[in-house]
Amino acid sequence: MRNTFADTFYDAGLKDDRLSIIVADISPAGSIEKFRSDFPDRFVNTGVSEQIMIGMCAGMAQRGMRPFAYTIATFALFRPYEMIRDDLCYQNLPVTVVGIGGGVTYSTLGGTHHAMEDVAIANAIPNMTIIAPCDPAETAAATQWCITQERGPVYLRLGKAGEPDFTSLAVEPWEFGKARKIKQGSDVCILSYGPIIKKAFEVSDALEEAGRSTAIYSVHTLKPLDRETITKVLSEFQHVIVIEECVPIGGLSDGVKRIAWEERANCQLDCFTLKDEFIHCYGTHDELLAAHGLSSQNILQQLKLG
Amino acid sequence: MSSADTSKKGLTNFVDIEATRKRCQGYRRRILEVSQQVTALHIAPAFSCLEITDALYNLVMTKDGAGELEDVFLMSKGHGCMIQYIILESLGILETRDIELYCKPGGRLGAHPDFGNPGIHASTGSLGHGLGIATGQAYAEKLKGTDTIIYCVLSDGECQEGSTWEALLMAANLNLSNLVAVIDNNDFSGLERMSDGHPAFYPLVEKGEAFGWEVAEVDGHDSAAIAEAIWNRSKKKPFLIVAKTVKGKGVSYMEHVPIWHYRSPNAEEYKQALIEIEGDDA
Repeated sequence: MRNTFADTFYDAGLKDDRLSIIVADISPAGSIEKFRSDFPDRFVNTGVSEQIMIGMCAGMAQRGMRPFAYTIATFALFRPYEMIRDDLCYQNLPVTVVGIGGGVTYSTLGGTHHAMEDVAIANAIPNMTIIAPCDPAETAAATQWCITQERGPVYLRLGKAGEPDFTSLAVEPWEFGKARKIKQGSDVCILSYGPIIKKAFEVSDALEEAGRSTAIYSVHTLKPLDRETITKVLSEFQHVIVIEECVPIGGLSDGVKRIAWEERANCQLDCFTLKDEFIHCYGTHDELLAAHGLSSQNILQQLKLG
Repeated sequence: MSSADTSKKGLTNFVDIEATRKRCQGYRRRILEVSQQVTALHIAPAFSCLEITDALYNLVMTKDGAGELEDVFLMSKGHGCMIQYIILESLGILETRDIELYCKPGGRLGAHPDFGNPGIHASTGSLGHGLGIATGQAYAEKLKGTDTIIYCVLSDGECQEGSTWEALLMAANLNLSNLVAVIDNNDFSGLERMSDGHPAFYPLVEKGEAFGWEVAEVDGHDSAAIAEAIWNRSKKKPFLIVAKTVKGKGVSYMEHVPIWHYRSPNAEEYKQALIEIEGDDA
């Protein structure tokens, strides 16, 4: 995802000299390094200083540039939160904040590096847009949208590197603000976003084996949430499952529950999220997800299918 | 054509001192008038940076042929914005009606500046944000190759915010010679004197220089001195003015008295303040 972002950004940067990238002491991946050497003035490293990273982006956007802030998700959002809120969101400026390693991607680095509640805190701020693509192809589409948008601030939540393709056979194209059907099904529908969509496919495979036709949607745009599609899903399917790599408060699960209540939905609704806990656990990304109860095995057990 | 052209170098008498004094007297009078309409006012902080703001808008900032400001002013100490509003009113950028509706329903001006209002280039109010934004603005103007100068007025209290120092470092790293920051050094944060509660804040000039800025210390109630310091800068680095000021300047009972950070005078106090402001001109 990092590399796809970098390639897309570089290509756009060739044509649009307003595009700039402000990083906070993170080594630029792939084409961002090339962007740095080809356009040294439009690459700024603020060092370990996230507040000025966001403040500068605000000022640059006010004077006509299109800056992207770029660092590890926790430091992109948590450390300079008031700058995100006041400088970007209150002033409603077209700045994209790219958070690398959303959720517990940095599985060996401990809780300080886990962006478990990033979506929740970004969700709480008026004017914010949140996009979390699930694979490299969605990353390219989302980045392209961020490059040209004039809507306001965006939190672009990415994974790390090496994420597989999940959407090349998708039923629908990527469209900003639209939950995207990426697998057909008629009995059960799984709503998910980000690289954890892998678990949605594993759960879907098991459900299909058990004779239950299962659809999967990538809810890549988390704010504004696609109420229309989610309402439709809640009325058309008997069973809706949310799987997300975010704490249970303030993420997609909360959004879907709110819509379900307001729309008087009758389906079964099961939500699987990170725990509302800091867990002191190290291992692979999959192992961290499992420790949070987000293994496909545990999800299936909870669904009484394991 | 920049106002900072060398023809003005060292020419203090370029500034009409008497006109400047009268103008600032008028601004103080107008702010006191507003204080009788609405109590939500930071008078003392506005009086503290009154000549600084006057110098920047009326003496230093470049205007185009039509009189429109080409340079940018950011009030990082957002609570000082009443003097900015009054000057914007005098320049015709804000309307008198805006001032009449200050902090009232239907108005658009509040006790901190809001981006999008005429003449307001950033929303401030939470301290420690303005210089970072100014750094980004100055950098953008460099990238665009313009002559626009970004002016930013800070309180000394907000220099307690780490973000201000992040901005000071980055502006120097990026060699932003088109950025001028003025610290309204009245020696008061909200609670107490900086020199009492935060003595390590000083020395300030040396700190600025150590952070890579060109620094000048001036009398912050001398518009001409402020302008002259700006005209005389080398333009090779970001420029910082440590402006020595008095919080509440001009009204004896407000000077150095923390409660006037936010308090408005009652009718009796208003009368006395006017007498003091008018002085021998009365």
